[in-house]
Amino acid sequence: MEYDSSKLMREFAPQIEKTSKSWYLVFATLLAFFLFGIFGLYTQITKGHVVTGMRDNVVWGVYIVNFIFFMGMSYAGALISGILYLFKSSWRGPVIRMAELITIISLFIGPVFILFCIGRLDRLYYLILFPRIQSPITWDVIAISTDLIGCIIFLYLSFIEDFAKLRDYKELQLPKWRKRLYKYLALGYQETPWQYKIISHTKNIMAAMVIAIAIIVYSVLAWIFGVTLQPGWHSTIFGPYFVIAAVYSGTGMLIVVMWIFRKVYKLEEYITEKHFVNVGVLLLILAAFFGYFTFSDYLTKWYGSIKMDKVLIDKLFTSEYYYMFIASNYLGVLVPIIVVGIKKFRTITNITIAGLITVVSLWFNRYLIVVPTLETPYFPIQDVRSEWLSYSVTWVEMSLILAGISVFCMLFMLASKFVPIISISEMEKHTGETRGLMRD
Amino acid sequence: MEEKDENKGSRRNFLKLGLGVGVTSILAATSASLLTSNKAFAGNSEKIKVLTQDGKLVEVNKADLVPADQIVSREDSHKGLPNRKFAMVIDLGKCKNARKCIEACQEGHQLPKEQEWMRVFLMQDTEKTAPYWFPRPCFHCDNPLCVSVCPVGATYKRSDGIVLVDNERCIGCKFCMTACPFSARQFHWKEPTTYTVPEEKYSPETNMPGREGTVGKCVFCPDKLRKGELPRCASACPMGVIYFGDIIEDTVTNGDETIRFSELIKNRAGYRQFEELGTEPSVYYLPPVDRQFPLERGLDGLDEQQIKKYDNVPYIKNLKETKDGI
Repeated sequence: MEYDSSKLMREFAPQIEKTSKSWYLVFATLLAFFLFGIFGLYTQITKGHVVTGMRDNVVWGVYIVNFIFFMGMSYAGALISGILYLFKSSWRGPVIRMAELITIISLFIGPVFILFCIGRLDRLYYLILFPRIQSPITWDVIAISTDLIGCIIFLYLSFIEDFAKLRDYKELQLPKWRKRLYKYLALGYQETPWQYKIISHTKNIMAAMVIAIAIIVYSVLAWIFGVTLQPGWHSTIFGPYFVIAAVYSGTGMLIVVMWIFRKVYKLEEYITEKHFVNVGVLLLILAAFFGYFTFSDYLTKWYGSIKMDKVLIDKLFTSEYYYMFIASNYLGVLVPIIVVGIKKFRTITNITIAGLITVVSLWFNRYLIVVPTLETPYFPIQDVRSEWLSYSVTWVEMSLILAGISVFCMLFMLASKFVPIISISEMEKHTGETRGLMRD
Repeated sequence: MEEKDENKGSRRNFLKLGLGVGVTSILAATSASLLTSNKAFAGNSEKIKVLTQDGKLVEVNKADLVPADQIVSREDSHKGLPNRKFAMVIDLGKCKNARKCIEACQEGHQLPKEQEWMRVFLMQDTEKTAPYWFPRPCFHCDNPLCVSVCPVGATYKRSDGIVLVDNERCIGCKFCMTACPFSARQFHWKEPTTYTVPEEKYSPETNMPGREGTVGKCVFCPDKLRKGELPRCASACPMGVIYFGDIIEDTVTNGDETIRFSELIKNRAGYRQFEELGTEPSVYYLPPVDRQFPLERGLDGLDEQQIKKYDNVPYIKNLKETKDGI
């Protein structure tokens, strides 16, 4: 089987040209969820943050959890695509575009969630107008905006070759403005040796930079918690722990996305079990690392237990958060290790389930980092109002979580109508190696 | 009662906070706001000699003089009172949870009833140790984490040790609230309705009126300090639990007695709560020894629901169990 450009274009052109009824149906459903989220946001803005479950002790709730969660997934894409690209992994071709899309889409959604948490959105520009460099939030503003720009450049570079192919593919059944758009976006790329050299070189540099920036962004995010004195947060391990957790959740997401697109666009020929196993092995390694960091963090807190750490650990290990802790930190680590580690279980469906469990349990892992700590302040919470004692999610927060997830899906659906979901240029480049891989 | 108050007032003046006695009433809050007025060039130019805070005699336009109650502007609120380093000493042996400090604070700062800048906790460190009432204002730390983490400089530390919040600058990110280990900060979760102070009279020194989506906390009442008076909680306490004063002057007073700060701390084994966290609080505590009241007195007048909030304290648990047993 030859992966030459014209065959691939023929294969992938319908994905862009034709839009099925069910696509519109799914999109409309997601749009409804999104609009419900907008209504939730409207309620929050008009009535104040009192409509959320957040109160004076738990001042950060699921908004921050979602912020960390989406930023984490974005990081995964950056790191996976960066590393796969940099180390020239021969099997990266069919999955790299999806990893890149995860990166950019969640990078647009993540920071929006932190905005929901801010009391005075009308003063947001103060962050630029009166910045104080000693505040980790300022570090975050700098890091995230750098990351966003870096990722956009990196992704754009990896799209140029495909834009050129779409421009040159004469049979493409698209309205004129779309074709003209591809022409502009291709920036006159003709695949001359000189152009090819320049673009590969730049992509290499950007891949390395995106990895570095992503590590910084995620560490800064962790330090927002780490620099405080709160029980459970004040930990030196948080930087690397968050970085690993981020790549881990993103890898899980990549597997889920691979499975969905493989089913929807019938990509069985391109995305094979081998790809699932390869990404699955990555998931297994990350699960081991993540489990190790989690164990290390909680072991030190539990063994030489400082009073407040002990109070917190008791909530996590034995009482209020017992089940959530098992779901996130036991299942989230063990399931991927068992599924991928034991050859018998290593099927596409099982690996996808493991990936899904990873994503969900990592969300709860972040919840367990943010909320229980805030419910465990040094001074006892002595309040007559019961909603002040512990945190529970309200419909407004729920609507915005759903909106976030639906925007994630909607942007993926739109992206799949704009660029081939499998990078044609990458496939072409590694035809030989890919075939070699498929044979074994 | 009237007389007693007056009596208290004259003792307060011992501290001579801010300016000399007579001048206080006519001088503007700071010499800076006094002298930078544009009005100096306009019309009536009758001059008058006044003594500034740093002891200089200056001549100013009479028309520019404003009463001492003058609102301290946002900009001027960044400057501390010169040569002052305020501290509070709370005598836990005397506290009986009368809640007068809380009420005076809420009244003075027009806070809604459920919002307590000053709180009184029922503390019991372990099951075997004695419970005690524990008033907690903002600690106005010398190494304030809340100030370090603020991304826009809305909260700041002044030369006189006071930590303030400017709610016209605050963006409501709540990072200061998670950074403060003492739960001293509170958020306006909805548009507050209790304030009668107009917006143009806003000053970080009183933090009134509060605004939705911003943070508020105990301010150590700089508006009172400028007039040479004690913070509201200290003057309201019927037991004289709260001493307030100046570390540079080495004096603290609760309105009834005035003591050397260093001696009080030395003789009564004063300490700071959560010293190990390293935030260097400006609030000191005297251990709850030689109690003037039995602890239960603090429960007098509290209804069932209010007592319920102490349910996790072992002492209350036992109390309820024995009651149920009978």
